[in-house]
Amino acid sequence: MPMNRTGRPSHSGEGTLPAPFESFSGHRGLRHEEPLIFEIGDARHSGVDIEDAGDFQTALGGLERNGSIGLPGLSEPQTVRHFTRLSQKNYGIDSGFFPLGSCTMKHNPRLNEKVARLPGLADIHPLQPQSTVQGALAVMRDLSHWLMTLTGMPAVALNPKAGAHGELCGIMAIRAALEARGDARKIILVPESAHGTNPATAVFCGYQVKAIPAGPDGRVDLEALKKALGPDVAGIMLTNPNTCGLFERDIIKIAEAVHEAGGFFYCDGANFNAIVGRVRPGDLGIDAMHINLHKTFSTPHGGGGPGSGPVVFSEALAPYAPLPYVVETDDGLALHEHHQGADDQSFGRLVAFHGQMGMYVRALAYMLSHGHDGLRQLAEDAVLNANYLLAELSTHITASFTGPCMHEALFDDRFLKDTGISTLDFAKAMIDEGYHPMTMYFPLVVHGAMLIEPTESESKATLDEFIASMRGLAAAAKEAAETGKTERFTAAPHFAPLRRLDETLAARQPLLKWTAPTPSQAAE
Amino acid sequence: MRYLPHNDRDRQAMLKAIGVASIDDLFADVPKAARLSSPLDLPSHKSELEVDRLFRDYARRNIPAAEHAFFVGCGAYRHHIPASVDYIIQRGEFLTAYTPYQPEIAQGTLQYLFEFQTQIANLLGCDVANASLYDGSTACGEAILMARRITRGRKKAILAGGLHAHYGDVVETITQYGDEQVIRLQPLADDPARDLQNLIDSIDEETACVVVQTPDLFGHLHDLGPLAEAAHAKGALLVAVVTEVVSLGAVKSPGEMGADIVVAEGQSIGNGLNFGGPYLGLFATREKYVRQMPGRLAGQTRDADGKRGFVLTLSTREQHIRREKATSNICTNSGLCALAFTVHMTLLGEKGLRQLAMINHKKATQLRAALAGIDGVEVLNQSYFNELCVRLPGRADALVEALAGQKILAGVPASRLYPQRPELANILILAITETVSEADIALLAGALRDYLATPGIKER
Amino acid sequence: MSMIRFSKDHEWIRVEDGKGVIGITDYAQAQLGDVVFVELPEMGATLMKGDEAAVVESVKAASELYAPVSGEVSALNQALVDDPALANSQPMDDGWFFEITLNDLTELDELLDDEAYEAYLAELG
Repeated sequence: MPMNRTGRPSHSGEGTLPAPFESFSGHRGLRHEEPLIFEIGDARHSGVDIEDAGDFQTALGGLERNGSIGLPGLSEPQTVRHFTRLSQKNYGIDSGFFPLGSCTMKHNPRLNEKVARLPGLADIHPLQPQSTVQGALAVMRDLSHWLMTLTGMPAVALNPKAGAHGELCGIMAIRAALEARGDARKIILVPESAHGTNPATAVFCGYQVKAIPAGPDGRVDLEALKKALGPDVAGIMLTNPNTCGLFERDIIKIAEAVHEAGGFFYCDGANFNAIVGRVRPGDLGIDAMHINLHKTFSTPHGGGGPGSGPVVFSEALAPYAPLPYVVETDDGLALHEHHQGADDQSFGRLVAFHGQMGMYVRALAYMLSHGHDGLRQLAEDAVLNANYLLAELSTHITASFTGPCMHEALFDDRFLKDTGISTLDFAKAMIDEGYHPMTMYFPLVVHGAMLIEPTESESKATLDEFIASMRGLAAAAKEAAETGKTERFTAAPHFAPLRRLDETLAARQPLLKWTAPTPSQAAE
Repeated sequence: MRYLPHNDRDRQAMLKAIGVASIDDLFADVPKAARLSSPLDLPSHKSELEVDRLFRDYARRNIPAAEHAFFVGCGAYRHHIPASVDYIIQRGEFLTAYTPYQPEIAQGTLQYLFEFQTQIANLLGCDVANASLYDGSTACGEAILMARRITRGRKKAILAGGLHAHYGDVVETITQYGDEQVIRLQPLADDPARDLQNLIDSIDEETACVVVQTPDLFGHLHDLGPLAEAAHAKGALLVAVVTEVVSLGAVKSPGEMGADIVVAEGQSIGNGLNFGGPYLGLFATREKYVRQMPGRLAGQTRDADGKRGFVLTLSTREQHIRREKATSNICTNSGLCALAFTVHMTLLGEKGLRQLAMINHKKATQLRAALAGIDGVEVLNQSYFNELCVRLPGRADALVEALAGQKILAGVPASRLYPQRPELANILILAITETVSEADIALLAGALRDYLATPGIKER
Repeated sequence: MSMIRFSKDHEWIRVEDGKGVIGITDYAQAQLGDVVFVELPEMGATLMKGDEAAVVESVKAASELYAPVSGEVSALNQALVDDPALANSQPMDDGWFFEITLNDLTELDELLDDEAYEAYLAELG
């Protein structure tokens, strides 16, 4: 059995620090225990005032819902307190430094939230007559213009709802273009260091995936790539800057080789933040690239969505872009929503409506705030911050590659060798230091990976504090190994709302929803 | 630049610590040919005030729903959202968090996802639900792919004529490069019983699933029992789609009626219209299929001290572990939209949801009565929840344009969704929610009557 | 008299009277970590050598178990499905996956014996 292992341990931590005493309430100061809504609410309570419809002749076709549904209600103050307490168990960018590699956890400006809530932009329906939504269509047109100008690409599809959805959009356009020329190629090349979504996307579009090894410098091995190319290769999916935080030096040659072999070049633009305003992907020979608006352009991650992943296209792929898109007409802006005639080559519709309008507004506000000058400066600051951390941390933590890096720096677990402390333990100890851990065990090309992306939002003072803390932990790990007292790491976190959680239990006996306790359980 | 903390002194100090002379040295790996030498042709930075003004200008060029008598639905519905919902989702700890990969400092997100999953499973009448997908249409596509996996080897998916046209389009798009066979039945605005019968008649031994929406695109409600029976008798699965989840406060859930997979658009609860996104895909199924389900899942467990906590679980289905063997390429959910849903649903509770649903339905009966009294308007629904369709004597899109000028958004002309079907050109689909007043209904009815009385309208 | 053979994919097969019981090795279970889920082939299924026969998942990894030989599935370990932890605690006995009725005993010659597998593991480090 081939083992697709990440090397990440899954055991729960051992050891504990004694609490001074247990409170009578179970709470600990500001740290509240909070039950589930199903344990505090019931079907008779509600936090809204809705008039009773009274008696009237219904027309529900005899399909009335009679039994209990199982949806407890709470009054408004109870609801607000419940969710406020939950929020206090969460770490966000607003709370502290969040160097999660490949995720670009930058500041989310509140202006963007404010304008996205203007009724003229939020309270409009996707199927209103287009004459009543010209401002919304203008937002889409202007966002498109910014994205095309920043990337140097002639076309863009705004509609994909996330980065992975953008990948799907890009690979479908490639397949549509190949089919249009009667070319049934079968293989997509994907470097080993790629995000897991890349191979998943390629397979979803009916392609076989062939892995391309990385060279010792953490970049695609050009010669290995050339050998893998051939008449059966539809294209390559390459992340640039790549997931090791490095710019693919040979990228133009890669593009030339792929094109020469008749394939297309898909670029995963997750890391566009490093180069926005300084490098245009269009100048690198790329045919399609998604841009995570929730990374480079600061739309909030929201605990895992909603995202937005527009895709820019080269001339060759532009005709295959998905529906709908905005066009200029004599009567103003219009949405091209349906195939019109046989020469309309769009590969079809990806989402029910026009995509993530709420994210378009936020991203455009972010672009307008920065301007071309501010965007270039933010890329430079992001790269500067990452290199600063690389330089200052590599004295204590093993860097996987020599610099310069781009917007993120990759370290591995060689510095923990023989300490009995894993990358996971080290990450959990960072929680006790007040930080959100970096991305760990990704990319898979180094052992025990630690991928640190500071973003441009962090001040030098924050970075210096972080460096001191990380150096302290690295020294403590060495010392712990000598004394055999590794609990600081292996039992971490000690200061979080919860201790380490048992993922094995969760997976062996999946409990995916709340169920009412049986009378015997309730009696306990 | 207000979002960038460094000044030039900081930058110089950091470059020195790195050991390079200038920022350009850090971009040395970029091929020379690709280094931008001149500024891009875009405006330079702007103050908060300036940007705020620009967006007020964009907003002014739209006519928001609140300023109309508003009857637009078809997969997105305007409901009142309690003020506290938006307050909660703007808390930075929720808004600016990432996917909960470090559960010890993400219990807020994980617990609400667990609460959300429970609410969704109960609302849709299923054993388990995931932590959400992009929207209802992509959830529908995922359901078909999942049915394919479960029924091993069966390739055919049959879509009811009453399925939202865009949902059918999305399904066709995402399956076009696989070997799935998608059959779309003809949309029948006026004969829901025949639509269902056509569906039943199409099921054969090759069928992986049948897909039916209720209330359907034209507002008709469907009893899924006979369809579930027919599908199961041939070894096929029943996928049910709900685009207006408020209906489930009044109408039997698809799960109760025998659906194997239920997908829905959850926008109606907690989430505004937002011109089509971000929305909230709901996905629920039977317990035995849980490992075939796409998307993230939160599950209950214990921490090292034995305290209850929540983690993302069964993640071996997902692409960061399975890579090319993942159940789907989906990597995000609609976390914040799911939070908005959960907060709103907690405020409603079962009592509030039932009241809300019945107010919606009552308004729809009032709308139906008003429309039925207009000469030339034929209401096509026997059963409905809060959406109806009517046949007009002339084109529906012309009517909608004409009434928009009178601050009435009369609904969605079926031709907006099916421009190539002349038989639907005169069909208008109207939705009504608690936000529409009786005065709005009267306004619509009056304008419609006047419009239809205009000489020559019927021939257009 | 039973004999045991190993594959380079870290599966073992114990053969007696033309029937082989198949599982994963101790090395495999240690690499996977806590096994949380096992999916077995269908009873009576015909497998060719190298076919995907079963799925084994831990919290952090998912792997396929390939049929080390060709034949027909003649028994399944339901106890393992109910308690996947058996694959960790007793990989070589109670943690077995399924039994196969071999088509061709000579296929066993292509597998490793005890000694050769030990040497192979040593090579992997």
